[in-house]
Amino acid sequence: MRHGVARFVTGFLALPVALYLFYVVWPFAQAAGYSLTDWGGYSDSQRFVGLDNYVRLFSDELIRKAFWHNVFFLVTVPLFTIALALFLAFLLNVGGREDRAGIRGVFGSALYKVIFFFPQVLSLVVIAVMWQQIYRTDGQGLINGLLIKIGLVDADNPIAFTADPEPFLGVPAVLWWLLLIAVWSGAGFYMVLFSAAMQSIPKDIYEAAILDGAGRFHTFFKVTLPLLRDSISVAWVYLGFIALDMYALVFVMTPSQGGPNHASEIFASVLNFTAFQKGQFGYACAMGVALAIFTILLAAVQLRITRRDRIEY
Amino acid sequence: MSTATSDLDRAGQATSGSGAAPVRRGERHRGGVGARIFNGFSHIFLVVWAVMVIYPLLWVVMSALKDDSEVIREPLSLIPDKLHFENFGRAWTEGHLGSFFLNTLLVLAGSVTLTMLLGSMAAYALARFEFRGNRLIYYMFLSGLTLPIYLAAVPLFKGVYNTGVSFPLLGPNKHAMLILVYVAWSLSFTIFFMHSFFRTLPDSIAEAASVDGASHTRTFFSVMLPMARPGLISIGIFNVLGQWNQWYLPTLLMQSVAGEPKHQVIAQGLIELSVNQGYKSDWSGLFAGVTMAMLPVLIVYIVFQRQVQSGLTAGVGK
Repeated sequence: MRHGVARFVTGFLALPVALYLFYVVWPFAQAAGYSLTDWGGYSDSQRFVGLDNYVRLFSDELIRKAFWHNVFFLVTVPLFTIALALFLAFLLNVGGREDRAGIRGVFGSALYKVIFFFPQVLSLVVIAVMWQQIYRTDGQGLINGLLIKIGLVDADNPIAFTADPEPFLGVPAVLWWLLLIAVWSGAGFYMVLFSAAMQSIPKDIYEAAILDGAGRFHTFFKVTLPLLRDSISVAWVYLGFIALDMYALVFVMTPSQGGPNHASEIFASVLNFTAFQKGQFGYACAMGVALAIFTILLAAVQLRITRRDRIEY
Repeated sequence: MSTATSDLDRAGQATSGSGAAPVRRGERHRGGVGARIFNGFSHIFLVVWAVMVIYPLLWVVMSALKDDSEVIREPLSLIPDKLHFENFGRAWTEGHLGSFFLNTLLVLAGSVTLTMLLGSMAAYALARFEFRGNRLIYYMFLSGLTLPIYLAAVPLFKGVYNTGVSFPLLGPNKHAMLILVYVAWSLSFTIFFMHSFFRTLPDSIAEAASVDGASHTRTFFSVMLPMARPGLISIGIFNVLGQWNQWYLPTLLMQSVAGEPKHQVIAQGLIELSVNQGYKSDWSGLFAGVTMAMLPVLIVYIVFQRQVQSGLTAGVGK
């Protein structure tokens, strides 16, 4: 059995490891190195500046703005998406039969699931380009057009959507409009996830609840929801990653990719702007490393908070 | 993975069953009227959300069939005066959708195949063989899941550019380069997923194959890989969708050098199309482009919806 194991393992791992080292690990390692220099990216001259780039991060007004925008998405995207997904999953499952065989969907729930899942298979770019048309700031946009037609919006003063830097609840309006897209595209997927989790809860638990005289709302809030804890925390972690990755929407939908007037900058857009428009590669790499550290810390914190005794059934 | 599939199977059976089931015990216990009111209430919300999902998609498809003057005159109507299929022709040729599709297919054919092959080979070696450095390599692949791609952007571009000097085929704007980059960036999740899958396969069959004189390689390709089929389908769907939707890597790496035309993939091409619309304002052409990028995926999804749903949710669940 041991015969040829070393050769086999080497043969199977050589190519994937080589590719991964060259295209993933090496760039990351280099980024960490460049972040300690003042390299501009186009010339060959680079000077070692130590931690200067990192110190600069803390006094950079744009970075501070981008940081709070990231935090905004980090809180709101999971919160609204999970709330909506749970609400839909609740309607889909609780309305239906809930008897000795466990939870079952309402009539047509399979069809609803197929439809709600649509945005998940569309690329973020298709979604962004589509919403760009929906959000058009003249009468031809889907929303402005509808609202002008029913007289809720003045045709000379339509909603500006992603070109609107005015704060709403202390956050630039453009971010709320981007949030709406993220929630629209994510809710269906997590609804399917929660639905599957609800239906995998064994029927004995429901039998017991029904025997004890619990109604459908009681059963949902006291039995189903607590048992969904695992799925919800997994969803929270994943949505956290998605929230950090709102760049496609910012890139396609906002004026000058982070505008208007930097109202929708996030880490990724500032990083790309700094590297490719301002030509400060060293500084951009420092931003990247900071973002990576932030992401890893966040993942660790989330795993810590959500870790709890697993309920096995 | 296997649990998620069976859940969804059960979900499918449950819904088809609940429509026809003559006896609804639970509801009868609690009185039908309340249940029926609640069901009606559920359906109202569910239909509202379904409309919110479908209406924008339908609006894009229908706008793609209008001519430009109608898009401007009647932007909201869902029924075009006349079906203007020529919009699709224009997007295909003048909007270069045709070449976007070709480039995407060329890249994906190579990258998905290679990702699956290399990913499952590495996952198998890591999951079923003890050797020094096993954990180290596994965690190295795993760490790629948490690191943001933007961090690597600048050095990655530089590395690809430098490689292109000595190996022109692997330089910027080359299909082969993009294939290898996609594979490298997809390995983390593929290995992570297949690793847990290979762990669950029983040892006895591999041992039997070995007793029969099969080499490790032979055992992998003829015994273990076929047994891992459900996992391969899930991760395959995940990779096809993920790489089809990839826009950041191509925008970064498929940049024209020395005046040769860009080999854009679909997501990247659509972004540029939509940005350039500001100057050319060919709205119906843009809608046609979005429709063409959207419909193939939606149709594939509708046909294979159960596999896609379970494939993608299993990816998150584990």
